[in-house]
Amino acid sequence: MIELTYQPLDPERITDAVRRDSNGAVVTFLGTTRDHFEGKRVVRLDYEAYEEMAVKKMAEVRQELQARYSIEDIAIAHRIGTVDIGQISLVIAVASPHRKEAFFACHEAVDRIKEIVPIWKKEVYEDGSRWVACEDHEFSGQEPATIPAGDG
Amino acid sequence: MHLDVTFFALYRERAGCNRFPLDLPDGATVADLTAEIRRHFPRLAPPEVKIVVAVNTDYADPDLILRDGDEVCLIPPVSGGHRHD
Repeated sequence: MIELTYQPLDPERITDAVRRDSNGAVVTFLGTTRDHFEGKRVVRLDYEAYEEMAVKKMAEVRQELQARYSIEDIAIAHRIGTVDIGQISLVIAVASPHRKEAFFACHEAVDRIKEIVPIWKKEVYEDGSRWVACEDHEFSGQEPATIPAGDG
Repeated sequence: MHLDVTFFALYRERAGCNRFPLDLPDGATVADLTAEIRRHFPRLAPPEVKIVVAVNTDYADPDLILRDGDEVCLIPPVSGGHRHD
């Protein structure tokens, strides 16, 4: 399941999408909106996506991880538009026969989504706003691995 | 060739528009396009910041040759700023 939506995300529904009797482990990650950044109070977040490409890149992340871990059941759902504090903006659910693959694939999925999926997050403060790294304020300091160098 | 370049997020705000029409000579590359964009929008990104381009919903190398009607979008840094430079 790949979903990009302006509606609130339901983690239980998304987790159910990957559950099967052949799986012994299910790992679900929830990305939620934080109420502060460097001492400033965040009042809400506005997510913007290049929607067609975002869906395509989310599907690519899913395929990469399915191949790497030989698993099938991965669901990724991202909310865009205005998301209030404490709400869920990202859900990743991974199920596998054994737990290790599910943990690793879920962790990697979060990183890859931040690297290659064109979704941007704007933090809105009481006195201004700022575009920040999607799902994570702490920028890694590294160029995304698979994005070409641009115009150099 | 004629292209409509789409801006998102930070670049949309800095450019002051969602879309910008651009005519380029046949055989122009992604690097030619970003150079032209920088001429029109000098404050879009500092010179040391690479402008990442998507062509037809995939990340494009600078030497990719563009074609008339390609869907071209400028992808701002996901950090939202240029703190990594």
